[in-house]
Amino acid sequence: MSILVTDDTRVVVQGLGRAGLFHAEQCQRFGAKIVAGVHPGRGGGEALGFPMFNSMRDAVSRTDPNASLIFVPASGAADAILEAIESEIELVACITEGIPVRDMVAVADALRGSRTRLIGPNCPGVISPGKCKLGIMPGQVHKPGSVGVVSRSGTLTYEAVGQLSGLGIGQSTCVGIGGDPVIGTNFIDVLELFNSDPETTGIIMIGEIGGTAEEEAAEYVKGHVTKPVVGFVAGATAPPGRRMGHAGAIISGGKGTARAKQAALEAAGIEVAPTPADLGSTLAAAL
Amino acid sequence: MKVHEYQAKEVLRKYGVPTPRGIVSNTARKAREATELLGGSVVVKAQIHAGGRGKGGGVKLAGNADEAERQATTIIGMNLVTHQTGPQGRKVKRVLIEEQLPINREIYLGIVMDRAAGKPVFMASAQGGMDIEEIAEKNPEAILKETIGSGGMRAFQARRLAFGLGITGEAFGPSVQAMLALSRTYEESDASLIEINPFVLTDDGRAVALDAKMDIDDNSLFRHPDLAALRDPDEEEPLETEAINQGLNYIKLDGNVGCMVNGAGLAMATMDIIQYAGGMPANFLDVGGGANKDQIKHGFRIILSDSNVKAILINIFGGILKVDVLAEGIVAAAQELDIDVPMVLRLEGTNVDRGREILESSGLDFAVAADMKAAAEQAVARAVQHNEQ
Repeated sequence: MSILVTDDTRVVVQGLGRAGLFHAEQCQRFGAKIVAGVHPGRGGGEALGFPMFNSMRDAVSRTDPNASLIFVPASGAADAILEAIESEIELVACITEGIPVRDMVAVADALRGSRTRLIGPNCPGVISPGKCKLGIMPGQVHKPGSVGVVSRSGTLTYEAVGQLSGLGIGQSTCVGIGGDPVIGTNFIDVLELFNSDPETTGIIMIGEIGGTAEEEAAEYVKGHVTKPVVGFVAGATAPPGRRMGHAGAIISGGKGTARAKQAALEAAGIEVAPTPADLGSTLAAAL
Repeated sequence: MKVHEYQAKEVLRKYGVPTPRGIVSNTARKAREATELLGGSVVVKAQIHAGGRGKGGGVKLAGNADEAERQATTIIGMNLVTHQTGPQGRKVKRVLIEEQLPINREIYLGIVMDRAAGKPVFMASAQGGMDIEEIAEKNPEAILKETIGSGGMRAFQARRLAFGLGITGEAFGPSVQAMLALSRTYEESDASLIEINPFVLTDDGRAVALDAKMDIDDNSLFRHPDLAALRDPDEEEPLETEAINQGLNYIKLDGNVGCMVNGAGLAMATMDIIQYAGGMPANFLDVGGGANKDQIKHGFRIILSDSNVKAILINIFGGILKVDVLAEGIVAAAQELDIDVPMVLRLEGTNVDRGREILESSGLDFAVAADMKAAAEQAVARAVQHNEQ
């Protein structure tokens, strides 16, 4: 098993500029079956062994993908997501950073009642090691196994995965949900999937300052998750009112602090790693 | 991006939100002229990007032009300290001279993004003048909320708020119109926050935005050149501005361990682990996933411009960004710049062995740590040593 992406995932890549091409090739190296690329104006061509199309409609009717990976630049990324939603792609991972929040509000509207699940934006994507990589994470630090990882951060996720693999603990699926204020899939959605995935035996959840997603997730874990969960919240030393890289990582009005989030996780029975360097060992002890 | 009160009010007026008549002035002389032009009593308001200006002595009443000139003389150039500026305060460059209004009631209005709903929410409270955070804590039911759907706030929602606030009589219509205009301003200018505190009802039945706070979504500035032009570099840490220009993300902090990291989450986690190791981070610096040699060099320069920095911790988890490429960048930058503080490196990921070789053979004085925790401990210890030297 694993969640979201598997051996059967058929990927279309939207936006094949320099970054898109580079990462598409990396995804192929780590098991992704890319069946099509969409880049307006390049329809009829070919890249990395897959056919190119001008629109999602063309790509879907000819190659039947069930997942999309988006690298379209920020000004057009929301439009690309909307195009994927209209084409009823089941899973969309949007890597693009810097999409205006108002555009994402429109996307969130379109997602309700649609057939599409969106991961991100501003995220590393999803990987089920050994099966499929739909994102930009370094595939070689991953190892097939049974720990599920869900995170708002990119490189901090790689850090956690690197620690797990170093301890000989593999991962079922790793999901980067993204650092923006409005995202398609939240912690709870992923926790629910991990909890019902028979292959996943433990979960690492990495949060950061800002918003209340960690608190809501903690509440969910307490009521629903039967597997051990280890957590960490980045940003204990972040000053209030400043945007720490991610648009969503900002403490406002005394809300969204790391301390409050850690307390919520602990109250829900989640083992909180004392430092980011202890994520792997804390999980190993919890299994 | 934050904008000044006088700038926010210009934007609000464009969308039809009534504001007091006012003139911005950067000298006491101009403040006098502004007062004469407005006629009658005025308010002299310091323009800085921080709240709490009144309590800090940055907002004064003046009954005539003489008084206004005197107040402006005190306020312009003063170092205004409020609960939001930090103890160092902020130098006041200009004042807004505004007419005084016959205030009958003060109300709080605000629009923010409700992340859980994925939609903006319009908030209103009868307790104008109070901090919304304080009301939320002490009396949350006193805050009325309307979720703004696609197409903006509807008239019935604005009416519901006005009724809920107990607004009656001739101020009702203007209040509803002002709220709808406020919602339009939020949507069309890609704001991430608007606060009108207070929104006042006057004795003569007007509804006016007496104060205004507005933040614009940085990600949207590419399509708002007019709003992007409102950026005030005087209000920003110069090093942070330099970082933005180099495609880096830097925030200055108060500690003495500088850090350079790829990725925002890992950068925050690195700051945290420095504190766990007994030190304090001097900065947040995210060099991003595709940092090149030039960016690394600028990163160093920015970190070293802070004289508090006594050691530098470099924490890179190379994924797409290959560690050997990065190591070359670090060596080149270190050779070009005169770095006289100890450096601790923690490198992991793609081509890490090549990267370590490059560093070791460079002849430069780097300490290489095996993991994040060891790196933080070494950096903190070296900062202490360096400080004692």
